[in-house]
Amino acid sequence: MSSTATPVAQSAPEPASAGIESAPETAPAGAVPGGETAPAGTGSAGRKAATDYADYRLVPARHPWRWVGTAVVAVGVAGIAWSLATNPRWEWGVVAQWFTAQSIVNGLLETLKLTAISGALGFILGFILALMRLSASPLLVSVSWTFSWIFRSTPLLVQMLLWYNLGYLYEKISLGLPFTDVRFFEAQTTTLISQFAAAVLGLTLNQAAYSAEIIRGGILSVDQGQLEAATALGIPAWRRSTRIVLPQAMRAILPTAFNEVIGLVKGTSIVYVLAYSELFYTVQVIYNRTQQVLPLLLVATLWYVVITSVLSVFQYYIERHYSKGAVRTLPLTPLQKARKFLAIHTPATRETSQERGTR
Amino acid sequence: MSTALRPAAQTPPAAAATDAESTRGLVEITKVRKFFGAAEVLKGITLTVEPGGVAVIVGPSGSGKSTLLRTINHLEKVDAGFIAIDGTLVGYEVRGRRLHELREKEILKQRTEIGMVFQNFNLFPHLTALENVTEAPIVAPRAGKPRLSKAEARERGLELLDRVGLKDRAGAYPRQLSGGQQQRVAIARALALDPKILLFDEPTSALDPELVNEVLDVIRELAKSGTTLIIVTHEMGFARDVADTVVFMDQGQIIEQGTPREIFTNPREERTRSFFSKVIEPAFNI
Repeated sequence: MSSTATPVAQSAPEPASAGIESAPETAPAGAVPGGETAPAGTGSAGRKAATDYADYRLVPARHPWRWVGTAVVAVGVAGIAWSLATNPRWEWGVVAQWFTAQSIVNGLLETLKLTAISGALGFILGFILALMRLSASPLLVSVSWTFSWIFRSTPLLVQMLLWYNLGYLYEKISLGLPFTDVRFFEAQTTTLISQFAAAVLGLTLNQAAYSAEIIRGGILSVDQGQLEAATALGIPAWRRSTRIVLPQAMRAILPTAFNEVIGLVKGTSIVYVLAYSELFYTVQVIYNRTQQVLPLLLVATLWYVVITSVLSVFQYYIERHYSKGAVRTLPLTPLQKARKFLAIHTPATRETSQERGTR
Repeated sequence: MSTALRPAAQTPPAAAATDAESTRGLVEITKVRKFFGAAEVLKGITLTVEPGGVAVIVGPSGSGKSTLLRTINHLEKVDAGFIAIDGTLVGYEVRGRRLHELREKEILKQRTEIGMVFQNFNLFPHLTALENVTEAPIVAPRAGKPRLSKAEARERGLELLDRVGLKDRAGAYPRQLSGGQQQRVAIARALALDPKILLFDEPTSALDPELVNEVLDVIRELAKSGTTLIIVTHEMGFARDVADTVVFMDQGQIIEQGTPREIFTNPREERTRSFFSKVIEPAFNI
């Protein structure tokens, strides 16, 4: 190896220097005639000469098929919109009448409450489960694994009914010392587990099982070197998780987590089996009475769409927050883009347009 | 261990501890062995680095240099032998005739005395340069020293960034910095805890050639500061400049060690000579 390294090092300068010597000869030779022919010769001859194209007109590339595709899609969208607007069986009047009715709004609030509580609790429990799964303790690992295994392999519907009917399995729930008669707390299961409690319990535990895996995946996606650097700096374990690893894991966690939360919003509709009066159950009760099934389902659907849309906006800004440092410069938000656009195009009426752009 | 031709002064840890004042940053590595599965990557390493000394470890890749470095701050646990810093064992506590393994919290405290600079910088990408530097002083529990308040840490952080020539980039995120700048931030981060010892794991290997010198210059400055430096590097010219001890490792053993002059110009071992004939020539031709 040593014998080969030396000749290479010696031979390398030779072709390099040869290249350098030949370059000054050819470069001016090519440049001089090129510079002369360009103005004198035909305008199209631009291969050798550095023609100045500054005053040429730029013709953008044409994409006729894009226009055809756009037209086809536009016709389709227009057709759907037309049928939605004109088909009387959609009964938009009924939809409008019920959309903001008190009972529907109450149901909506219940849905939001369930989503917020079980979402928050589910993700907190999921975070703990993920840390357990990644810990060094075999016991914690297997407990976490078993939890996810059970709650992911049983239908949510069954879990709900089980929790609600817990009183059938265990009449009383008590807290005390095992194998003794000491009781600190005791209550009838049926009074303890209301519809709301069963709903929250079922949704939370189910959510925790899924979010544990999402959070674990996010944590695993963070480079091992980050942990090593933090450890080498003597940063305590909890701080390493929350300050160093988790913010970076968030980038991987957030898109899937929002999927889960959006799924949960609609997943809450399953608690209708407990006759819990959230949005979907309320709608069912109403259409069973009025027989306006489709319009009322539409009311529920529209509300779910609204919630999801609002969540999507949150998602955009939260993801943006956590991409700090991951991209060199953050892209403009739609709002910033709109402002920039308006600032350029309508400088005079900027204030009012900005107002409109905000909403 | 037996192959170490010039074992440096073998002060037993206990004796070193008596001289606490003058031994800030004494590193004693004694008969350290480390296995990865069945492969023995450190085969009984014995090495002493004097306080304020600069030891440069060189050798072919896979020779165990980085592993040795990582055992010093207990990122890797040794399988046999022991490592002491100023007479205190790393990762263990002596009680009577027993060695008690330290708990994580205690080990973290020991680590705050040992700064480490990584090949891939390992800066925290979601924190600014300044936040990278101030994080540990604010939160890491240190032996005998209070944690810094945010304001103190910030002041100290800016001072350190200034020292590595990056005061004006304090608010930049690592990805907005060049490789050389990132590594200088990483050095400032390692300095933020006032460590007795600084470990450099191939600090310039991930850098473009023209960025290498800005990092090496910072390390040269540190070499004069009285902090003990242990550097794993492939930059032989730099090693010759900065080291007072050069250690040549191959296949998990120290083949020989000595002053740069002894090792680079007059190596005793055939393996050392053959290694340098491959790597030194280009560096010295420049």
